[in-house]
Amino acid sequence: MAKYNKIGKVISQYQMATDIYSMWIEMKEIAHEARPGQFISLYCKDASRLLPRPISICELNGREGIIRIVYRVVGHGTEEFSGYQSGDTIKLLGPLGNGFPLENKKKAFLIGGGIGIPPLLELAKNLECKKEIILGYRSELFLQDELDQYGNISISTEDGSRGVKGTVIDAIRENNLNAEVIYACGPTPMLRAVKEYAREHNMEAWISMEEKMACGIGACLACVCRSKDLDDHSHVHNKRICKDGPVFLAEEIQL
Amino acid sequence: MKNMKINLAGVELKNPVMTASGTFGSGEEYGEFVNLSQLGAVVTKGVANTAWEGNPVPRIAETYGGMINAIGLQNPGIDVFIKRDLPFLKQFDTKIIVNVCGKSTEDYLEVVERLSDQPVDLLEINISCPNVKEGGIAFGQDPVEVEKITKAVKRKAKQPVIMKLSPNVTDIVTMAKAAEAGGADVLSLINTLTGMKIDIHKRSFAVANKTGGLSGPAIRPVAVRMVYQVANAVGLPIIGMGGIMNGEDAIEFMLAGASAVSVGTANFTNPYATAEVIEGLENYMKKYNIDNINDLVGAVG
Repeated sequence: MAKYNKIGKVISQYQMATDIYSMWIEMKEIAHEARPGQFISLYCKDASRLLPRPISICELNGREGIIRIVYRVVGHGTEEFSGYQSGDTIKLLGPLGNGFPLENKKKAFLIGGGIGIPPLLELAKNLECKKEIILGYRSELFLQDELDQYGNISISTEDGSRGVKGTVIDAIRENNLNAEVIYACGPTPMLRAVKEYAREHNMEAWISMEEKMACGIGACLACVCRSKDLDDHSHVHNKRICKDGPVFLAEEIQL
Repeated sequence: MKNMKINLAGVELKNPVMTASGTFGSGEEYGEFVNLSQLGAVVTKGVANTAWEGNPVPRIAETYGGMINAIGLQNPGIDVFIKRDLPFLKQFDTKIIVNVCGKSTEDYLEVVERLSDQPVDLLEINISCPNVKEGGIAFGQDPVEVEKITKAVKRKAKQPVIMKLSPNVTDIVTMAKAAEAGGADVLSLINTLTGMKIDIHKRSFAVANKTGGLSGPAIRPVAVRMVYQVANAVGLPIIGMGGIMNGEDAIEFMLAGASAVSVGTANFTNPYATAEVIEGLENYMKKYNIDNINDLVGAVG
């Protein structure tokens, strides 16, 4: 798949929750060719910030040639992005990474934790199977109202303010949910718990990983994760999250 | 017609722009953006006698105008490199410079020997990686060791030898002279500066290795100064690097005394960076009516 490095245009942006922003960007090539679970890298305008920020694709609208990202402000780079307004330009690199496999017809869990939730939206739109969507938050909810139309939603919060108090796994157990396949994106402790759950229930689990990145295209070897077997490319127990991932079969990865 | 050709130890490069080791893999990934045949040379990521796993993550952190990396020289080892990466690079009309790393003198020599009958134009010996405890930097911070390893490599090498120097020393000129005394053909400088970043919110180190190598425009003035000092003290050609983002930065290194330049961190900021540096050099030559790029080398002051 071709990668594009071009200047896009901000179509709209609004704040969804504390530190969480939703931005639509016009960039026809990426909007046409990207698939669920892939990501784009966004460059800052401030030249003191050299590295592009990898952010998952939340929604694609190929007809209008626009891409949506939902991201959390965690540092100076994302803070800069959060100030962009309609009409501003933004340089992008993408689409990057492999994306989720979509052939599955079996009932699936779509599990998202925190800022791992956004890629589930485009995935949910493209998966034709029955879906149980389980969303884990610290406290404040976002995107649950948009995911609602694609499956049955269950929620967990760390503080118990909404849904089940605890983790996404607590929500699955308490609501007696079942499925045959798992798609998950979220923080490492959540992915670890998902992998464990999948093993106990003998389920196939696809997990989307995250790590600090520099090049985003597989050259610099910054964003590796530990693989169970010797990797075909690296010839060590490392896979490149940006190129070989970010989506992996859970059993192939050491978490 | 402007002359962009330069000569490094008898090897002619179509222009002085190459890639900085470790930022460009073996060229495959950036080949999607840049025609590798445009480049003076591709300098590969460091390759050792066996596969290395590298350091734990996080391996990088951004800093103001720079970045810290502690990849730890992850590489697939010389066998895979010869079978997979060299044939890939041979498809392009560019010179191939293999960066060699090791944990002991024997490690280095094994790689150098394996490459002796391979289509490789120059060897760059990495005695300056700050992120691997055994070897690497241990060789690069002591002039006696620098001279010894240079001599040992030169005895085995069939290709001209570039010694890549560390800036993490009191006097870079002493190291450069030691490499020259050992028989080095070319010098590369600078490798990254050892740095540290602390995440004040988590109260932890930003890279798992605690320290890492600082690169990017933040280090450029240090690199330019060191290139200038070394150029004035030794007679060897120099490949200058350290925060080159565009053609103007490359010109600065050449004026300081570099015969060639490497583009590293800039690739992450702009995947077309290498091609744009070449374009920038051409523009400068036109603007100042320079017919031969070699006339710029050391032309400061």
